Amino acid sequence: MPKTLFEKIWDRHVVADLGGGFALVFVDRHVIPEITYNRFRELESKGLPLRHPELTFGVSDHTVPALWAALEKPDDRSNEFSRGMKAASLKYGFHHFDVDGPDQGISHIVAAEQGIALPGTTLACVDSHVCTVGALGGISWAFGGSEIVHVLATQTSILRKPKTMRISLEGAPAPGVTPKDLTLFTIGRVGAAGGLGCAVEFAGEAVRSMPMEGRFTLCNMAVELGASFATIAPDEAAFEYLKGRRFAPQGADWDAAIADWRELVSDPDAAFDRDVTIDVSGAAPQVTWGISPQDTIPIDGVVPDPADEPDVQKRRAMQAGLDHTGLRPGQKIEGTKIDFVFIGSCTNNRISDLREAAAVLRGRRIADGVTGWVVPGSLRIRAQAEEEGLARIFTEAGFNWGFPGCSMCGGQGNGFTERLKPGMRAVSTINRNLPGRQGPGSITHLASPPMAAAAAVAGRIADVRRLGG
Amino acid sequence: MAEPFTMLTGPAAPYLEENVATNVISVQRPHSAGPYKHPGDELFFGLRFDGDGNEIPDFVLNRPRYRDSRFLIAGANFGCASSREAAVTALSAFGIRCVVAPSVGDIFFNNCFKFGVLPVLLPEADVLSLAEEASSGETSGEFSADLLANLLTAPSGKTYPISLPEFRRTQLLEGLDEIALTMRNAGDIAAFHSAAAAERPYLYRLERPVSDIP
Repeated sequence: MPKTLFEKIWDRHVVADLGGGFALVFVDRHVIPEITYNRFRELESKGLPLRHPELTFGVSDHTVPALWAALEKPDDRSNEFSRGMKAASLKYGFHHFDVDGPDQGISHIVAAEQGIALPGTTLACVDSHVCTVGALGGISWAFGGSEIVHVLATQTSILRKPKTMRISLEGAPAPGVTPKDLTLFTIGRVGAAGGLGCAVEFAGEAVRSMPMEGRFTLCNMAVELGASFATIAPDEAAFEYLKGRRFAPQGADWDAAIADWRELVSDPDAAFDRDVTIDVSGAAPQVTWGISPQDTIPIDGVVPDPADEPDVQKRRAMQAGLDHTGLRPGQKIEGTKIDFVFIGSCTNNRISDLREAAAVLRGRRIADGVTGWVVPGSLRIRAQAEEEGLARIFTEAGFNWGFPGCSMCGGQGNGFTERLKPGMRAVSTINRNLPGRQGPGSITHLASPPMAAAAAVAGRIADVRRLGG
Repeated sequence: MAEPFTMLTGPAAPYLEENVATNVISVQRPHSAGPYKHPGDELFFGLRFDGDGNEIPDFVLNRPRYRDSRFLIAGANFGCASSREAAVTALSAFGIRCVVAPSVGDIFFNNCFKFGVLPVLLPEADVLSLAEEASSGETSGEFSADLLANLLTAPSGKTYPISLPEFRRTQLLEGLDEIALTMRNAGDIAAFHSAAAAERPYLYRLERPVSDIP
């Protein structure tokens, strides 16, 4: 019986069939953000031990401050959440990538960077963007906070076996079009519920030729398709990325591992419940106009008219999007005045993202009246960006150069202070433009790092391809 | 441990927006904002109340006939996006213990069972017909969900099947703690780990922090 890549990994991890399409699935790696440290108290109060400390990893990301300026004690980024997670990590003996160590960063960045996420493995995290690490050829899923205790106590999750869906991106992207643009382009076509309940495998020429870091961006936003899982068949790019990373297999183990991982592909005649092919060769840089990631248009496009939408619910949703963003049907999106630019989040704050944004900003200044933040994904990425001179380009352009954390994506950073003010309009490299995502009453336009940099320079939503010299 | 779910009766509120995100159902806000005035106020807080904390009269749950709703008739992909389970606890705090929709977010679906909320997935036409019943007439009629009989009944008497995997149904009926449920498989879990570690030792031989092992 031919199997998809997802089914192969799933079958390897089923502990028990629970019936009705549900299974008890083993968690190879469990990543826990500091904001949920209280779940260890819950574990203790139930009188349960931590079943597999060696498979448990704490990360400080959701609440940590990104900018020194807002701190009471500028030499200490710790807070009650990080201290709570640290105490739990010492008590139970698991790794915690804390603000005082060299490897702190956003969960999904750290999981990849440290070789915690691996091909053929399962990884669980309370954060819905954990699908990011499926780009390495494993499967990963998210759940609500109380499920953390379930995983701590049992090292398993109760999951409904999803439908399978393949999204093949074919064609060569045009110059100036980044993986983020292809991601938004794809969501625009498949829709915010297009992958609902599915395990998505991204395939096709444009994915195979996409650098590893771009694949993380693509898989990061699979949840914005409604997908439960995202994965990409692991190949040389994935192996090269992982080789030598701290928790990845080493030496003879490495050879055994990649021999196994090379087998991790969907069988040629495997059937997917849904199979979608998208030609990306015509995709332009994208920007969103509404309040769903599916509300995306090319930068040289115009805001769509709800009156053209025959479906009443969709029409209302479009109108709600326009009501929130204050844009008019038929209006060009380019030229819309902005207040803020945020380059960061688990979607787009890897070194390649920072390089691409810095390339646009080199020798340029952020426009008057616009505030810009760059928040790298991990302390390692931050250090590398400083070594490569990128940090200097950002600060000379007038950007604030931050420390790693979720920060302005989700608006919980530093005690909910890292958020936009009501009415502010931002171009952000994050993954969600839902109302209030970056602060109550604020407006978010999703875009790629170079597009965000171009907007910062222009003070308006701008086409990075036409930014004058 | 959730309250057992056997029978639920009461009014239903129609809210057919599609792709309603969990953080719209339950807004994230800092602890410093203090507790909500009434239990259940967190449900759709940003849509139910204006900036000064006053009710927005037009919002469905603020209309007199829907204030005591026990059911929500929702649109496709209800409870999508973030994994926050507060979306489910906000519904139950308000008194809504049953969500009927053509589809719901996957994580939301799983979270429902942890907090004694029944998700009923029905074809879109059935959902529209239920929404129609919820909005027609002078007052809101009584809907009921009988989990023992697996039946959802509309005020008109029209019935719809409730279809759940048996272990999920048992979990709701008995209000079972999910960890206790899984602990019944403790032997399977240990056996699985031994076998997996024997087959692919390189995946499970991880170093623990040296100085921190208790």
